Amino acid sequence: MAMDKVEIHKHDIVIVGAGGAGLRAALAASKEVNTAVVSEVLPTRSHTVSAQGGVAATLSNVEPDDWLWHMYDTVKGSDYLGDQDAIEFLCRMAPEIIIELEHMGMPFSRLENGKIYQRRFGGHTKEFGKEAVCRSCAAADRTGHAMVHTLYEQCLKNGVTFYNEFFALQILTNEGHVVGVLAWDIVNGGFHLFHTKATLFATGGYTRIYRTTTNAHINTGDGLALTMRAGFPVEDLEFVQFHPTGIYGVGNLISEAVRGEGGYLVNKDGERFMKRYAPTVWDLASRDVVSRAMAEEIRHGRGCGPKGDYILLKVDHLDPELIHERLPGIWELAYVFAHVDCTKEPIPVVPTAHYSMGGIPTNLHGEVVLGSMDSPESPVPGFYAAGECACASVHGANRLGTNSLLDILVFGKVGGEKAVEFCQSLPEHVPLPENAGKEGIDEVKRLVDSTGDEKMDAIWEELRDTMEANCGVFRTEETLSKQKKILENLCERFKRVRLDDKGKVFNLDLIETLELGHMLEFSKAIVEGALARTESRGAHYRDDFPERDDKNWLKHTLAYLNEDGRIRLDYKPVRLKPLTVPTFEPKERVY
Amino acid sequence: MAEKVTFKVFRFNPEKDKKPYYQDFEVEIRKPGMMVLDGLNQIRWEMDGTLAFRRSCREGVCGSDGLNINGVNMLSCITHISDLKPPIVIQPLPSLPVVKDLVVDLTDFMNKFFLVKPYLITYSPPPDKERLQTPEERKKLDGLYECILCACCSTSCPSYWADPEYLGPSALLNSARFILDSRDEGADERFEIINDRHGVWRCHTILNCIEACPKLLNPTEAIGELKKILIKKKF
Ligand SMILES: Cc1cc2nc3c(=O)[nH]c(=O)nc-3n(C[C@H](O)[C@H](O)[C@H](O)COP(=O)(O)OP(=O)(O)OC[C@H]3O[C@@H](n4cnc5c(N)ncnc54)[C@H](O)[C@@H]3O)c2cc1C
Ligand code: SF4
Repeated sequence: MAMDKVEIHKHDIVIVGAGGAGLRAALAASKEVNTAVVSEVLPTRSHTVSAQGGVAATLSNVEPDDWLWHMYDTVKGSDYLGDQDAIEFLCRMAPEIIIELEHMGMPFSRLENGKIYQRRFGGHTKEFGKEAVCRSCAAADRTGHAMVHTLYEQCLKNGVTFYNEFFALQILTNEGHVVGVLAWDIVNGGFHLFHTKATLFATGGYTRIYRTTTNAHINTGDGLALTMRAGFPVEDLEFVQFHPTGIYGVGNLISEAVRGEGGYLVNKDGERFMKRYAPTVWDLASRDVVSRAMAEEIRHGRGCGPKGDYILLKVDHLDPELIHERLPGIWELAYVFAHVDCTKEPIPVVPTAHYSMGGIPTNLHGEVVLGSMDSPESPVPGFYAAGECACASVHGANRLGTNSLLDILVFGKVGGEKAVEFCQSLPEHVPLPENAGKEGIDEVKRLVDSTGDEKMDAIWEELRDTMEANCGVFRTEETLSKQKKILENLCERFKRVRLDDKGKVFNLDLIETLELGHMLEFSKAIVEGALARTESRGAHYRDDFPERDDKNWLKHTLAYLNEDGRIRLDYKPVRLKPLTVPTFEPKERVY
Repeated sequence: MAEKVTFKVFRFNPEKDKKPYYQDFEVEIRKPGMMVLDGLNQIRWEMDGTLAFRRSCREGVCGSDGLNINGVNMLSCITHISDLKPPIVIQPLPSLPVVKDLVVDLTDFMNKFFLVKPYLITYSPPPDKERLQTPEERKKLDGLYECILCACCSTSCPSYWADPEYLGPSALLNSARFILDSRDEGADERFEIINDRHGVWRCHTILNCIEACPKLLNPTEAIGELKKILIKKKF
């Protein structure tokens, strides 16, 4: 196929990704400068649409709440790896950003007095851990759907330009700046080069590298691989969140909102085992704690079912009317995917890969930053990131439920605003480099022309199974070293991958193969980061190093991709100093 | 040997084919509860990588994979293979231009959505806190705000097929989503658009849309509600 034509577009800002983070950024930016959004799917098909339980903000609509308590919970939840300046910023911004969203038309559920409905959620407490608090602002259990639609609607109202069904292939750099992005038009085929003053990445998460996952098919972490290929690092990738309650056999999420509304977990003896692991808040402990507790129960033969390989989530003691009113989406999912009417029977669940705490390193302005143990962080001119693909780091080693939807709103907005400021300070676009986009174009051509003997799916299958087995809830030096070898082998095989589809129009074969290439690349960063980190912290649990080690490991991992395809690890300090309040010093974490 | 089910799939590649045809694939049933999307993925990954379709969330909330399956519009990701009579005939959503195989061009469908001003319109300045809305007022949005823009309803509607300018059930349901929102102040602007022979009055209550909607929404009822308000306004 003739593929040399490249169409060039010039915008001040291009945002890659149209989930909550990308759309919120677009709203902030489009009012000020020429802004366009590039997205692999129609915005409302982005994964934010799946979010269920709610978004955290200390509105105090149900009971007194305080941003400082929210901050404490988030720092503690992060197992002290979160950057405390960014966390303070996040928690203080939360009420304002939620009210803004309500004004945009978000259909929140309501309390009797007409205010936004709030429910309890894991890890969120009052008075520094005393008891669970109603902090999660919810639209039934369809909060993400309501959010992404509301933001998209506002973008339509404000005339934002969208390039939908465009797949980003390469970040373009010149003179130390990020100057744009190369993309592929999925529907018609063909290359498009976006020349920008500022580029903001909001490409979302990646847990499609695991077999059991809550994530959409499109969650393949493209933004991370493109960042690494452009020579920038990714941060803390070894911290992958496993959500406690994925539907057994398929992985789809049953929101923590279920436990927030009074649901609980039992083992095969009908015991509420969480009281042994988290004596204060039981089932509402943070996710890493609950997932590990469940995995422990299963390990010790107390799992349910013929193979003893799942746990039961009980909601059938709750009023069916409450379930249909507050958790209608959950009822549907359990019914469709587990054949269970949850008003009558418990739901079989297992921990499932859910969320990426790590990502493209940024500061609290959404600016992508470089840094190391002995050089302070400095922004990369023209490069911004927000949402699940970014690492601010507000989630540290473990994210609290409802803090991601907050993260995407806050840092989407701030990142958009910061990018605008930068554009306005830059009189002209920095020119494109010579042969701009060559690598991305060559990659597509190579794949389409390849005559190798490997099938994409066989490699992906093995990636999913082995990442789950060797780099899952529990890890050891042995399993991680094994996985490192497996990845080397898969990368070798990937070089011989052959496409069935050689066409231009809607070539899904090409897209999935590009995605697989991306996944192999950043999986190496996950595994190497995990292998090096000889401690257990948050979601990263090493059976051979079960304790947290603040002396050696209270620091962020940075992973770079070398030219030879190997990973080089570096580190940078945790930003322990908040903006205005005293530091929350690392303590033992009990719930 | 594992049980197999025949998928009869609509194929059309504009780069190669003069006209569409159907191709049979034998999908292996490997676990209970397999969805049509699992079958399509199996075909793509193991039998024929050239097959094109859309998919994203795989749990019925993103609206990517509206398809016509055994004659009815539905989402492939929440439709159990075991609930369908084989051979399972899979076609793109009717009446829209085909891009390739099961992928249709949604431009017309989305343009009609854009036309009804699908966003909250307010003129009075917002309060410092949230706008208040009682649970009863909020309840009026249930059955409307859950729309996932999958196009299953509009593309099942004979009026939508016959009248290229008809806004269709989805756009009209989405206009109701805002008109019935107690916070919204844009009802009149929207009524100007939908109070038209290509708007609400084109609906002849054929009811296909209700059967087609995978979210169990009821566009006909929403359109009826809008007609009622319009009639009341007249007198
Ligand atoms: C089932 C589920 C339930 C959840 N529930 C909650 C909850 O209740 N509360 C909470 O706080 N969090 C929740 N989360 C987490 C939260 O939903 C996500 O972290 C968040 O929505 C991510 O938003 P985002 O904007 O960063 O990315 P996404 O919404 O994933 O958007 C990514 C965007 O990037 C685009 N993109 C990706 N790659 C490319 C490419 N190569 N080229 C072009 N475009 C590309 C996609 O098209 C998409 O538009 C949940 C997650 C899941 C999976
Ligand atoms: S009303 Fe139902 S069928 Fe129509 S677009 Fe919305 S969700 Fe799809």
